[in-house]
Amino acid sequence: MGKTVAQKIFDSHRVDVPAEGVSVLSLDRVFCHEITTPIAINDLVSRGLDRVFDPTKIKAVIDHVSPAKDSKTAEQGKTLREWARRHEIKDFFDIGANGVCHAIFPEKGYVRPGYTVIMGDSHTCTHGAFGAFAAGVGTTDLEVGILKGVCAFREPKTIKIQVNGSMPEGVYAKDLILTLIRDLTVNGATDHVIEFAGPVISAMKMDERMTLCNMAIEAGGTCGICYPDMTTVEYLWPFIKDEFASKEAALEAYSAFLPDEDAEYARVIEFDANTMEPVATFGNKPDQVKTVREMTGTPVNQIYIGSCTNGRLEDLRIAAKVLEGKKIHPNVRAIVSPATPLIYREALKEGIIAIFMDAGFCVTNPTCGACLGMSNGVLASGEVCASTTNRNFNGRMGKGGTVHLMSPATAAATAIAGEICNSPFFRG
Amino acid sequence: MKNFSGKILFLDRSDINTDEIIPAKYLTESQKEALIPYCLEDLVLPGFDPKRDVAGKAVIVTRRNFGCGSSREHAPWVLEYNNINLVIAVNFARIFRQNMFNCGCMAISLAEEVIDEIFSVFAGAEADCSTDLEKQTFTISNGKETKVYPFSIGAFDLELVKAGGWVGYADKKY
Repeated sequence: MGKTVAQKIFDSHRVDVPAEGVSVLSLDRVFCHEITTPIAINDLVSRGLDRVFDPTKIKAVIDHVSPAKDSKTAEQGKTLREWARRHEIKDFFDIGANGVCHAIFPEKGYVRPGYTVIMGDSHTCTHGAFGAFAAGVGTTDLEVGILKGVCAFREPKTIKIQVNGSMPEGVYAKDLILTLIRDLTVNGATDHVIEFAGPVISAMKMDERMTLCNMAIEAGGTCGICYPDMTTVEYLWPFIKDEFASKEAALEAYSAFLPDEDAEYARVIEFDANTMEPVATFGNKPDQVKTVREMTGTPVNQIYIGSCTNGRLEDLRIAAKVLEGKKIHPNVRAIVSPATPLIYREALKEGIIAIFMDAGFCVTNPTCGACLGMSNGVLASGEVCASTTNRNFNGRMGKGGTVHLMSPATAAATAIAGEICNSPFFRG
Repeated sequence: MKNFSGKILFLDRSDINTDEIIPAKYLTESQKEALIPYCLEDLVLPGFDPKRDVAGKAVIVTRRNFGCGSSREHAPWVLEYNNINLVIAVNFARIFRQNMFNCGCMAISLAEEVIDEIFSVFAGAEADCSTDLEKQTFTISNGKETKVYPFSIGAFDLELVKAGGWVGYADKKY
């Protein structure tokens, strides 16, 4: 029987089988941020184990609350910063150089096809867009990852989602993943890896693939995976050009991590993209999804464009196209948070930031901020936010607040209308 | 090894997420003890009052997909530091489940019909769960009625429970 992507990656990284069905894998990357890492660091120090397995494989960033908003977040930043210096972790991104972890680490070329990646952050599944096995873990797994460079996983089962046809104009990766989560439900992929396959995925840019894989966790998935292809190689080329004689050679090497034709899947789902339309969430679970048509007219107080889901350059470009020459509705406020300094710079160069500002948006520095209600746009009780983020849980963006998840195009159109509505690019 | 027996907190809902168990605004705490007062603070469950209902409980019995959402280990910690070391549910989100065992706590799945029966027989009144890890049974009693429910735990998960968590185990072995 053939193998799935995850099975191939497990086979190439397995260092132990402590019990039937459990594999301990060696790790290529351990990513760290200032919310979940400091407690791991403090625990290692208190155990007399203040070591790191390999400082070149550990990458760290301050992103969740940046710059620090109070003494406690300042202490978290300080703990991470001093630890990175102490252990000569060169790839540490402090205030000014920092961005949202799942945007900045791919941008730096740290993730490659076939890699194993963990981070103390559930949206680590984003990095599967590069054909890697990337999983969110808790602080204890992170701690062992930092110390020993290993992590234990149950043998992965895989769901393959074959996305056929092509996406209608004005429908985006965010609409696709929300629609898929609606069908899978919030635990339909628990303990499973999701392979995204088919012509729609092949046609997607890396930014879109990251949006797709980012929300695999919202269906309970361990990791979302896209197959490495020339799009992957082109994205990575500046970082890998010394490793390979040509792009074709790189692609051939990465093809070792494509699934076998006779790979065994727990489930194969065929999805037709042709009939899709833009969607948004209602309620408090990411699988509560309706078409924007059905949601049209829902009043909102705030619009938020950003996060590890939709704060990349492509997202900002699409939103800016909707906003160009327009003003946000007087009854709403709107916030855009470019996910990394590079995205911010490019958006400035392309005139995108000017479009947002002219429309009346507040432009923030890169940070996770309002997505999880920690800073930069927390909702008051009873307020509603149209958001390009990933979770609409009760209280997520502030106690008593409501979040509707949607694409950047829909969020921008909603900012202009002051209520949920479709973008002009969708003519369905 | 931790204590896995005591009074039951029944949470009659599926998909309870980690933001409900411990809201993100408390993730700035760097001491686990500081989380204690905020356990299940944002849980949406009619009639549930975290200030009243958490104290004195040792076991949670709930429905499907407990602990979904964020990877924050603060969710198991806030339970652990409120002396709740065992959650029994139909199933769990992967990261939450692993985090529980990594802390030497237990997240045990029972069949949906068994969970249904536990709710219908025992919820709504005071009930105790007595856990026998050797025999792998939960004995649930409300004083009038007593029922024994077998469970199974994976060999690796049991190792972690006995070792008191993953750090101690991994440090010795790898």
